[in-house]
Amino acid sequence: MSRHTLSVLVENKPGVLTRVAGLFARRAFNIHSLAVGTTEHENISRITIVVDVESAPLEQIIKQLNKLVNVIKIVELVNETSILRKLLLVKVRADAQTRSGVLEVVNLFRAHVVDVSVDSVVVEAIGPNAKLEALLAALEPYGVREIVQSGTIAIGRGARSITDRAAPRSAHHPPAVQI
Amino acid sequence: MSQSQAVPIPRAPAARVAPERRDPERNAAPVVPTISEPMSGAQSVIRSLEEVGAEVAFGLPGGCILPAYDPLLDSKRLRHILVRHEQGAGHAASGYAQATGKVGLTIVTSGPGATNLVTALADANMDSVPMVAITGQVGASAIGTDAFQEADIVGITMPITKHSYLIKDAQEIPRVIAEAFHLAETGRPGPVLVDIAKTALAAPTTFTWPNEFQLPGYRPVTKPHAKQIREAAQAMAAAKRPVIMAGGGVIRGQAWDQLRRLVDLSGAPVTTTLMAMGAIPDTHPQHLGMPGMHGTVAAVAALQKADLIIALGCRFDDRVTGLLPSFAPHAAVIHADIDPAEIGKNVPVDVPIVGDLREVLADLIPALAAEQDRVGLPDLAPWWHQIDQWRQNYPLGWDEPTDGLLSPQGVIKRIGQLAGPEAVIVSGVGQHQMWASQFIDHERPRTWINSGGLGTMGFAVPAAMGAKVGRPDAAVWAIDGDGCFQMTNQELATCVLNDIPIKVAIVNNGVLGMVRQWQTLFYNERYSNTFLNTGHGSRRVPDFVKLAESYGAVGLRADTPADVDATIARANEIDDRPVVIDFTVSDKALVWPMVPAGVSNDQILYARGLSPEFDRED
Repeated sequence: MSRHTLSVLVENKPGVLTRVAGLFARRAFNIHSLAVGTTEHENISRITIVVDVESAPLEQIIKQLNKLVNVIKIVELVNETSILRKLLLVKVRADAQTRSGVLEVVNLFRAHVVDVSVDSVVVEAIGPNAKLEALLAALEPYGVREIVQSGTIAIGRGARSITDRAAPRSAHHPPAVQI
Repeated sequence: MSQSQAVPIPRAPAARVAPERRDPERNAAPVVPTISEPMSGAQSVIRSLEEVGAEVAFGLPGGCILPAYDPLLDSKRLRHILVRHEQGAGHAASGYAQATGKVGLTIVTSGPGATNLVTALADANMDSVPMVAITGQVGASAIGTDAFQEADIVGITMPITKHSYLIKDAQEIPRVIAEAFHLAETGRPGPVLVDIAKTALAAPTTFTWPNEFQLPGYRPVTKPHAKQIREAAQAMAAAKRPVIMAGGGVIRGQAWDQLRRLVDLSGAPVTTTLMAMGAIPDTHPQHLGMPGMHGTVAAVAALQKADLIIALGCRFDDRVTGLLPSFAPHAAVIHADIDPAEIGKNVPVDVPIVGDLREVLADLIPALAAEQDRVGLPDLAPWWHQIDQWRQNYPLGWDEPTDGLLSPQGVIKRIGQLAGPEAVIVSGVGQHQMWASQFIDHERPRTWINSGGLGTMGFAVPAAMGAKVGRPDAAVWAIDGDGCFQMTNQELATCVLNDIPIKVAIVNNGVLGMVRQWQTLFYNERYSNTFLNTGHGSRRVPDFVKLAESYGAVGLRADTPADVDATIARANEIDDRPVVIDFTVSDKALVWPMVPAGVSNDQILYARGLSPEFDRED
């Protein structure tokens, strides 16, 4: 399956996330993951979308997104020149007998245990999709009880900023995201 | 970018007389001194509509929009026409916009008022009609509480509008209304919805006309790329079997003069889609007629055999292409459109050109002339020889019905001839629409108005009303079906009471004709739920003549061939009231040619069971 990661800079206004998500639904484009947050510019939010390009050509998806009046800029971020990360929280069975095995896996993946109870731990891990999938596979034999994952977020490597010319600098702290 | 991209907002003259396009250059107009006056949000709405140049609104008041209707009563510049149903208001605004090129305006209330507008918005969105809809909304603190007459109309219409706004702060009213009109009429036109909370209408505010739009993400490309223009000119000069396909964008972009010059210069055949009728006269010798499902054999065959298609402002709708993989298999495609998303959406494109069609053609014409000077004129004689054979062997026509009743095609053709090329023809959706596209000579732009993309039955009467309001000096004929007419005929009351003398020809075959045609051809003549009891020999419920008379319109009926001309002539003489003519026609007539749904355009049928020679030769 061909997946692409798009960084979509949008106006920080109510309803913009609905417009983006609605566009994907009505054009029958598939979203693999979606994450949204404020940026260094108070007027701009950033939506990171991982799209499945089997459903429609990437070019058509980008053109349709660009037609949304509130969308300011779209950049595709590729693996080789970007950092792609997602956050995983996973609750794993871990009693006295298996806990050391679980902890070994956690350490091998440079993940963290953020909660411990008598018969389970909560593991926090950050990384690209492939690493998190490998971690989950390694934890699977111990008994995975609950998984929650964020959408992928991504940023380009190097000094250039994709928001540079998208908005005037603002000294203000970004307000709560309005979408 | 929100500041660097900001463009000054030009103020409209007191009344915008001539239909003019808002050119990007006009955004550079000097900024007028800022006005600041205390008033209510409702007054600010009406004032903003006046400032932006709106002349007429079609609407119907209700609880939440009521504050805006009070200052409307005093407006000297904005005329309001009270409709009988909000869908009628929406289609009227669309008819007005399509007849004039100006932005259509409709004002309705919250909840059911707004949801009744949904069909008209979807229709305008599909056909790229510039339109602004103002809807009332419940008070800001009541939003989300399932209040009386509350509906999330911004949410409901998101997929069927170009853009939408919800105003809760009265201070935003002037800027949002200015932006709404700008969005509706620039780039690819479309409907824009402005939902205004009742609390914002009631609130005291200061009316301040904005100096700039806040649209950092809206930058329609109008200037075509020079390299693409060169490539297009080279391809056109080299093509042996070119076809120019003009779409509705030629009408919306006011590029008909340039299209004519390109057609004349290139010597190539031209076909106009349903939305482009009149972009070049039907009687132009290079005009092949309409392409697609009910297009002419010549137009469909020419596209299938072409080596180059020059597509201008069209979107390769499935009704045009037939089964997509087999559409125009030998053709390279030049596709020019203001909307980059249309290019490559359905058909692979060899020379994409994004831009305003007037500017695209203004550049392409001299580029093609230069290229022709360089390489010489292409020899299109063999191509024209082939096309002329198709035209000669498979002209549009019909067989007179054997049941002794009127032929619907003949009635429609006579209306076209007796109304003349200056008349505005507005059509509903179905068989009568296809016959009106085929058998009326569409000679001028903006004289053919119909529901192309959405196929909205009931479009004709209210759209004709809007067209007549926009072009009071032109004769406006609605060609409607008996099914369509019954969906929106309540606007006859609006027409009578507001002195809007439209002429409505009901092509009454007593059935849902196009659906019945499919039942005839594809469902073994099993006529499930298509009989309407309005036609010849039926119970005639309703009696259209009596219905028209009860509205205060003139009701006429024509049953026999001898009645047709006299009845049309009588309707043409009446200009103080709407006229409704019930033409009782045969229900046996079918629309031909036809490409059955979902098959290749190569499978076009000239008549039942008769496929043209062009395909068998291969």
